[in-house]
Amino acid sequence: MDSLKHIGRRRFVQGLAGGALLLAHGRGRALAADGARAELTGPDFHLTIDELPVNYTGAARRAVAVNGQVPAPLLRIRQGDMVTIRVTNNLRERTSIHWHGIVLPADMDGVPGLSFDGIAPGTTFTYRFKVNQSGTYWYHSHSRFQEQIGLYGPIVVERRDGERHAAEREHTLLLSDWTDHDPEHIYATLKRQSDYYNYGKRTVADFLADVREKGFSATAAERRAWASMRMDPSDLADVSGYAYTYLLNGNTPAANWTGLFRPGERVRLRLINGSSMSFFDVRIPGLKLTVVATDGQDVEPVTVDELRIGTAEVYDVIVTPGDAAYTLFAQAMDRSGYARGTLAPRAGMSAEVPVLDARALLTMNDMGMNHAGMDHSRMDHSAMPKVLHAPAEAGPIVDMRADMPNTRLDNPGVGLRDNGRRVLTYADLATIGGPIDERHAAREIELHLTGHMERYIWSFNGQKFSDAKPLRFVHNERLRIALVNDTMMTHPIHLHGMWSELVDAHGNFLVRKHTVSVQPGQRLAYEVTADALGRWAYHCHLLYHMEAGMFREVVVA
Amino acid sequence: MKRALLATLLFARTAIAQTEHVPPDPPQTHVHDMNYAEMVEMMGMDDRARFGKVMLDRLEWRDADESTYEWEAAAWYGGDFNKVWLATEGEHVDGTTGDARVELLWDRILTAWWSTRLGAREDFGEGPTRGWLAFGVAGLAPGFFELEAMGFVGDGGRTAIRLSGDYDLLITQRLVLQPEAELNFYGRDDPERLIGAGLSDLEIGLRLRYEIRREFAPYLGVSWSKRFGDSADLAEAAGHDADEVLIVAGLRAWF
Repeated sequence: MDSLKHIGRRRFVQGLAGGALLLAHGRGRALAADGARAELTGPDFHLTIDELPVNYTGAARRAVAVNGQVPAPLLRIRQGDMVTIRVTNNLRERTSIHWHGIVLPADMDGVPGLSFDGIAPGTTFTYRFKVNQSGTYWYHSHSRFQEQIGLYGPIVVERRDGERHAAEREHTLLLSDWTDHDPEHIYATLKRQSDYYNYGKRTVADFLADVREKGFSATAAERRAWASMRMDPSDLADVSGYAYTYLLNGNTPAANWTGLFRPGERVRLRLINGSSMSFFDVRIPGLKLTVVATDGQDVEPVTVDELRIGTAEVYDVIVTPGDAAYTLFAQAMDRSGYARGTLAPRAGMSAEVPVLDARALLTMNDMGMNHAGMDHSRMDHSAMPKVLHAPAEAGPIVDMRADMPNTRLDNPGVGLRDNGRRVLTYADLATIGGPIDERHAAREIELHLTGHMERYIWSFNGQKFSDAKPLRFVHNERLRIALVNDTMMTHPIHLHGMWSELVDAHGNFLVRKHTVSVQPGQRLAYEVTADALGRWAYHCHLLYHMEAGMFREVVVA
Repeated sequence: MKRALLATLLFARTAIAQTEHVPPDPPQTHVHDMNYAEMVEMMGMDDRARFGKVMLDRLEWRDADESTYEWEAAAWYGGDFNKVWLATEGEHVDGTTGDARVELLWDRILTAWWSTRLGAREDFGEGPTRGWLAFGVAGLAPGFFELEAMGFVGDGGRTAIRLSGDYDLLITQRLVLQPEAELNFYGRDDPERLIGAGLSDLEIGLRLRYEIRREFAPYLGVSWSKRFGDSADLAEAAGHDADEVLIVAGLRAWF
């Protein structure tokens, strides 16, 4: 058994060495020259955080790097190991690293102000925790906008008994959204003009085209419905390709990161969305994607053509490529750009890059509203959960409330419906082995995802972090959190320290995740076993939403 | 026997739940209590941060007989709930400042789409300076119309009302047609500033701008201004047109 594992590991390292060379060659930008490795193997790590000059677009910029690398090096850990990670901060500001999805003691979680004091300039902090789980995870800074400018990297925890779903080769695919703009400036710009980055708004020409297609009265009625709410159906991403260059493993689409394979091999792709603000729709034309895990947790294999990966989410897929090159295509949800790479049997190959899909618009059905011309007579109102808006939601920092939220989990989301491809939905996911706790939730907390797009204020239940008291969980209780999205945006919600076990509308367990994306006007629920004592962060993983107040502290005591 | 059966059942149950999950140990260290300012510094996360914006809405040449320029500018600074606004608007005719005003306002959000405004206005330029207490509401009306309705109380019992609004119509993503209107009412005559009681003037503009960047947009447009009643008579007596349509060209910028 041991020798088999050994061979498996060596084969991987050989595969990666080829990949790493290609990486360094392909992107032609500052990697620390002295043989920087894209991968570090545990159980003991030393990470050094520095500024690093980078150039992705022709403009020289400074990134924040770990061991001279952007993205940060992959950390390879064996399940069951006690890991020690020393992190040295060479920046002039405080930093931190959060191990996203790893179950660990609260003081090792890396959130300044809740877990610890952060890592002051010139100092070293030592993280030490036992890794009991396996799977694909990632790590990133939890300080201000450092995550946006480079401080993110993959974590692979190798399963002690070997992978459940065999593959002869693996590649880690880390998606991110690089910007040449100062993130502080982006944030301030959103506060000054929240639709600044949206160049996909509806114009007079779109109006005329709709009139030709649907007639004047239908078009006018549809425009009036949106205008009366003061909402824009083209509002799919706060920050777009106008400011972002989408990266795959730190490579621009032009640099074309390439992962090699031998034809006929099963290739495991560990797909991580390490972006700050972007959802990606990922597909590999010519290949079926067999999804075998999400957020590090193995699921019953499900085969699809395409999947949407929310910010901070993780999917492991297995593909079986033939003797050809294939394009890894990850288009931003708002279709303002894409990340791209290639899977190929030999270096230097490439395949056709698909054109971006047409930009979709939100529909009134996305809004969970009851005045949207829906046919109410045919709806089963008794099946609808009663929606309770917190009193603060009536306040001035909330611009929308979904009174009739959609509870379906089999909706792939805006821009993916009826696109002719089989697209993954949460309803397709079934974690192998069931939930971590077979108890039924004894109570339910309903939290609404709230905001004001125009004023660029984000919150839970109409209260920004600074105005809200911590959520209190009783140690070892099993509770249910129902999230109702009272906004137009899809929010990836991340609970630190404890698993989010998604249940369907009838309360049946579906899938265990660390980050759950909630669509506009949607209501979904997950159960949580509060077995992790301490103070934890709970927030929207869209970085600028978190900064703007969509954050809560959770106390387990 | 019963106990053994129960144990077997429990064991079977654990075996079914094949999860790797192990609850974490409790934390060994705790962060000290801190106030909001310290927490903000440590977390690098401040949802009460203040921002500012400077807007040059119109810096405009007008195709009049005399050399005429107009400006309209505003700046705000503040947090999500309270902001300070400084706004100014006026005209510059033949080298001297004509009708002009400046306002300093406290803007407090009231509802999701409206905020209240309270402060002071001073009219300067042509004629004697007038001071006013200013109050009103501003916001976004259904349909995406930016509206402002202000009332003013000045020295000597003067009163005034100003209503204004604008709308952005996207021809393309960067070419924007902006209709705009402003209506002024005064409670009493102020002949020295060419104002008669009642509906005093209306200005309607239509400007087509091209956003080279969002922050920087040259424009071309047309402006129709009309004075009414005594205001019209006073203006004409002073040699101004009471009803004119002018081609305008200018620059809109903000940062």
